[in-house]
Amino acid sequence: MTQLILEQALNGLQFGLMLFLLAAGLTLVFGIMDMINLAHGSLYMVGAYLAAEVTQASGSFITGVGVAMLGTAVLAVVLEVVLLRRLYARNHLAQVLATFALILIANECVRIVWGAQTLMLNAPDALSGPVRIGGFLYPSYRLLIIGVGALIAGLLYVLVARTRIGMWVRAGASNREMTEALGINVRLLFTAVFAFGAALCALAGAMLGPLLAVQVGMGESILILAFVVIVIGGIGSIRGALVGSLLVGLVDTLGRAMLPAMLRALFSPEVASSLGPALASVLIYVLMAAILFWRPEGLFPARA
Amino acid sequence: MGLYATTTRRRIAAVFVLLGLIALPWGMRLIGQEFYVSFASRVLIMALAATSLNLVIGFGGMVSFGHAAFFGAGAYCVAVLAESGVTSAWLAWPAATGVAAVLAVLVGAISLRTRGVYFIMITLAFAQMVFYLVVSLKTWGGDDGLPLLQRSAFGSLDLKDDSTFYFVVLAILAFVLFMLDRIAHSRFGRVIQSIRENEVRMEALGYPVFSFKLVCFSLGGALAGLAGALMANQAGLASPNLLHWMQSGILMVMIVIGGVGSVFGGVVGAVLLLVCEEAFVEITPHWQIGLGLLLLAVVLWAPLGIAGLFGWGRNRE
Amino acid sequence: MSEGLDLLLDVRGVSKHFGGVYALNNASLSVVRGEVHALIGPNGAGKTTLIHVLSGALPCNGGRVVFDGNDLERRPMHERVTLGLARSYQITNIFTRLTVLDNVAMAVQSRVRDWGSSFSFWKPFSLDSAIIGEAHALLAQVSLSGMANRLAGQLSHGEQRSLEVALALATKPKLLLLDEPMAGMGPEESERMVGLIEHLAQQVTILLVEHDMDAVFRLADRISVLVGGTVIASGSPEAIRGDAEVRRAYLGDEVA
Repeated sequence: MTQLILEQALNGLQFGLMLFLLAAGLTLVFGIMDMINLAHGSLYMVGAYLAAEVTQASGSFITGVGVAMLGTAVLAVVLEVVLLRRLYARNHLAQVLATFALILIANECVRIVWGAQTLMLNAPDALSGPVRIGGFLYPSYRLLIIGVGALIAGLLYVLVARTRIGMWVRAGASNREMTEALGINVRLLFTAVFAFGAALCALAGAMLGPLLAVQVGMGESILILAFVVIVIGGIGSIRGALVGSLLVGLVDTLGRAMLPAMLRALFSPEVASSLGPALASVLIYVLMAAILFWRPEGLFPARA
Repeated sequence: MGLYATTTRRRIAAVFVLLGLIALPWGMRLIGQEFYVSFASRVLIMALAATSLNLVIGFGGMVSFGHAAFFGAGAYCVAVLAESGVTSAWLAWPAATGVAAVLAVLVGAISLRTRGVYFIMITLAFAQMVFYLVVSLKTWGGDDGLPLLQRSAFGSLDLKDDSTFYFVVLAILAFVLFMLDRIAHSRFGRVIQSIRENEVRMEALGYPVFSFKLVCFSLGGALAGLAGALMANQAGLASPNLLHWMQSGILMVMIVIGGVGSVFGGVVGAVLLLVCEEAFVEITPHWQIGLGLLLLAVVLWAPLGIAGLFGWGRNRE
Repeated sequence: MSEGLDLLLDVRGVSKHFGGVYALNNASLSVVRGEVHALIGPNGAGKTTLIHVLSGALPCNGGRVVFDGNDLERRPMHERVTLGLARSYQITNIFTRLTVLDNVAMAVQSRVRDWGSSFSFWKPFSLDSAIIGEAHALLAQVSLSGMANRLAGQLSHGEQRSLEVALALATKPKLLLLDEPMAGMGPEESERMVGLIEHLAQQVTILLVEHDMDAVFRLADRISVLVGGTVIASGSPEAIRGDAEVRRAYLGDEVA
């Protein structure tokens, strides 16, 4: 039992860290530019498709991931310059709709280029086996994801908390006019942050590709989770995004693994088997509603 | 500009459109395209759903991204009642409306504590909650949805007949639009629109803003539930798709295309969108790209449509 | 000094801090029914914070506020208005996209005790002729009759300030909190606003926050001086003018 919990906790950590890669970009764009970008999930999808395509063509997973990150960042710059820039000053409804339109377009374009069926993306052979941790076996590829996620989270923390660029970003998130008054090229900063967020998205897409299916629509389900994360954490806060990601990753994974068993102890098997999955799948939304009920601005509001 | 006011010209136009819609089934029979009567029912039902969202977003200024929850709740309520033997429309439809209203009160009471982006996201989260709950309940058909074996019984009218069903839907939609027009001009309507304009000032004038918003939100939810009940009847199925967040998005798209904050905006948007879809899907399977581009164009170059939170549909005198 | 008088508003030791910074520090103040009470003090003394706390826009961190026999603690803003406490805003806060008449009508309509609740869904508002009539009367009172059908956003700054006062007045308050009604006005507009307040003072008790000392000494029956979040003196204009501490802390040479 403890082993199961431990293994699921690792899975939750792994999922949470990948969520963080998405949520980090989303929360920065959100916090700095006051912009709701529903198309963030589409960048994740494009990243996964690029990674699958290039990995297959080149035979190298690392090349695949690298090209996916670069390609997605370039796409993001184009999007930002051509379209999104015009939306910063608009109201949230306009932003939701314009980026909703982007989702429709992106999904259809991917369907045209790659077809409707699921694409295969395989983890590198060297990582296909399990490793022994303490008393149990754990897939080494998942361990790699945890490593990469933790590394990026650490780098991001240093970047945002310790460097000049990070200071601009934090300043931009809490007071845009002031940042502009300081003579910082806010436009360029916005574009850079956006591209950076897109590259992180692509990384998450590429890393999760071998675990989840690479298919049209993959962006939306994870996008909503990423939104849950940043709303829980407090919009614009990197620290909030990290805490939110881990919370959502752990609660979701552990909930799905444990709830049915726990309910079986309380109810009859029929009730438990139908109630368990239902409760597990809404657990994070209950969590989010509860947190917003007590703290309407999330756990770590950026504009305190 | 100012508060919403229906011009006489717009009212006359509405009467003509209504007459045209009444004549539609006969016209379709004349040209041998009776299939389209059923399609027209679907369009009108979506129009009702979009109109209900327009009450919340356009008049109340509450950008809700979870309206599908109430739409779907109405549909499932009818289907579940039918399964347990309640087939009378007089019972099932008000029940669907009521269930959606209660759900909306609960969701609204929590969501309305938050502002801006947080509100958008928490309404989305609640809708997702409802979606996953329903999908994971095997007794309600899970991913396949819950079939409605026969349409509700509506007194002596036979709803199985597509034309009859169409007329019932049309009558309901017409009544709801009439009602909304009354509401828009009532004290409540003026208060809710003023809250959209300046919430803080309304509070400082002594209005219990939260209560007004909650009533508006719940009224929108209730009407969406009614639309859902009709949709289950039209499709013969309470489908999880009705609860999907894309459905909330599509409803938003409809009111933005048609005119946010205009009584007829939801109808105009639903008709435009669904008729275009019907026409273009024949030409290309990738119609969604067209829809996306159309939507982008509206957002970028017809901000009157969008910022309808600000202009379109109200008097400019 | 106000014992035995009919107190409408009693502010006892109210504090408000943002993080570690005290905007109000044990501030006490009382307003007698029927008077014009001016609140003066240097920039950043906490005057607007006090108005926010009184009107319910900000919660306070300590102290009590009693208005007309009611403890205001935890009462939301709209309930305070219903009790008879209305405010105007230092930065004009009106419905810019509504007509001037609709602005005032909305404020008149808020009085549940006179018209019943606004949860009325069916009857067209255009039939509420009493509300509309009263809105017109209010506009006449603030000299905005000619502007009734203009959008409020199109009015001049001075006219918008008058509308701001009219909105507060329309709720028929017992106490009117005026937060720098003359902010940003030219001499002529200011003169008109002083006239308006003089006129209003005959109907309603006023707590006036204002920087224009000429106006304050002309209008006020009593003055309180807020410095660093604390009321350092309260009294008649003559007493305040002669108060050594006030002169040192605030008035300086300006009035000397």
